[in-house]
Amino acid sequence: MKILDKLMHLARRKSPRIFHLNTGSCNGCDIELITCLSPRYDVEQVGIHLEGSPRHADILCVTGPVTRNTLNAVKTAYAQVCEPKAVVALGSCPASCNVFAGSPMIAGPLEKHIPVDVYVPGCPPHPDAIINGILRATEILAERGVREEAKGKPQK
Amino acid sequence: MNLSTIIRLFLFPGVLFAVPAGWFFVWAEHKAVARIQRRFGPPLLQPVYDFIKLLGKRTPARHGFEADLLRLYPVLSVLSLFGTLALLPVFPRYAGGFSGDGVLLVALLEVPSVCYILAGFTSGSIYGQIGAIREAILSVANNVVLLLAIVTVAVTEHTFRMTELAGPTMNPGHWIGVLGIVLCIPAKLRLNPFSTSNAEQEIYSGALTEYAGAALGLWELAHALEWVALTGLVATLVLPAGLPWWLYAPAFALTCLVQVLLLSAIAAGTARFTLQRSVNFYWRWAGVLAVLALSSAAAMRFHL
Repeated sequence: MKILDKLMHLARRKSPRIFHLNTGSCNGCDIELITCLSPRYDVEQVGIHLEGSPRHADILCVTGPVTRNTLNAVKTAYAQVCEPKAVVALGSCPASCNVFAGSPMIAGPLEKHIPVDVYVPGCPPHPDAIINGILRATEILAERGVREEAKGKPQK
Repeated sequence: MNLSTIIRLFLFPGVLFAVPAGWFFVWAEHKAVARIQRRFGPPLLQPVYDFIKLLGKRTPARHGFEADLLRLYPVLSVLSLFGTLALLPVFPRYAGGFSGDGVLLVALLEVPSVCYILAGFTSGSIYGQIGAIREAILSVANNVVLLLAIVTVAVTEHTFRMTELAGPTMNPGHWIGVLGIVLCIPAKLRLNPFSTSNAEQEIYSGALTEYAGAALGLWELAHALEWVALTGLVATLVLPAGLPWWLYAPAFALTCLVQVLLLSAIAAGTARFTLQRSVNFYWRWAGVLAVLALSSAAAMRFHL
């Protein structure tokens, strides 16, 4: 069993599939995230793959300050990502609502609604920082998977 | 079932060869596309990591008849592809009582596509249904060409037995038939420019939008096996059947790999066609080619 656990841990670390969720971002962080897929940064070489459906993903990458309009979408997309999963908050908006803080249209910050594992600061963050954040999240996700399997039930 | 059948089903080109080869071809496709785009591309074991990780995902519990059907489709696809691979007459010299039949091979090749369509409709997701409709329309178009191409090859040899169809002939009908099969492979594998049915990002993940975890892993395995089955079919029709096994096996793998690289280059160099354009391509151009090939092969065969 020990070997199987190690294999699963390795596979989870090496195969992070991400789902990108825009919750009212100004598109700055979105552009930087898409830049990571370009030949200059090429995240595919570390196994990162952008998925079209949250059900296929392991990591939810959230950009934007979570507007009231997108709040339900955030909760639905988070619920649709299968366990073990991790959440990466890209940029200052999901962390603190940034310049939108105090607006009646904003329901953020993100951690009020879903648990966040990694914050990538910046407005917008550098693609290198985004890749680093996603790789940190894969480690957290792999550790979480092992812990949950040891307990035999999903962690709340 | 004799020893040759068992070897073909479990060793080569069956389970033991096909699963690693399929994953290798999936990797080779991603790597080739990446290199063409001046990227590094994924590591060699990426498809293996993806598959193992998907087995470890905890999917939400689904109940009822629909859930059973959704679980059944990927299993059926994988099993039918193993069947297809067992029918490929690699080493025809050693074939005993079980000689593969071309009609059965075409039918088994069609099962994953039908399962894909049914999975899209059963999932209840609007994106799944759009993906399924697109796949259904496209498969109607490309299957006519595929069938005509295989019938052309069969007419030149006057048989549907795969063991006798294997290997090249001097008849031009054989080669036009092989070309017809190659033309259908991108649509069967849902590669660019015929990737309308899975249309990544455009309709989320097409018919498989609602799939997750182990079932999704099985779909990815089925896709990898489809690579081996389709490129393997062309390889058996092209490679001389009389080669000794130690030469035939590497030549078989190499011929498959060349096709994978060629198809990857086409996929990297083209944008996604609209459904209308894909159907037009198959009905109008490939269809005309296939009909001409069949009629000329028939004319030559019967000395008209």
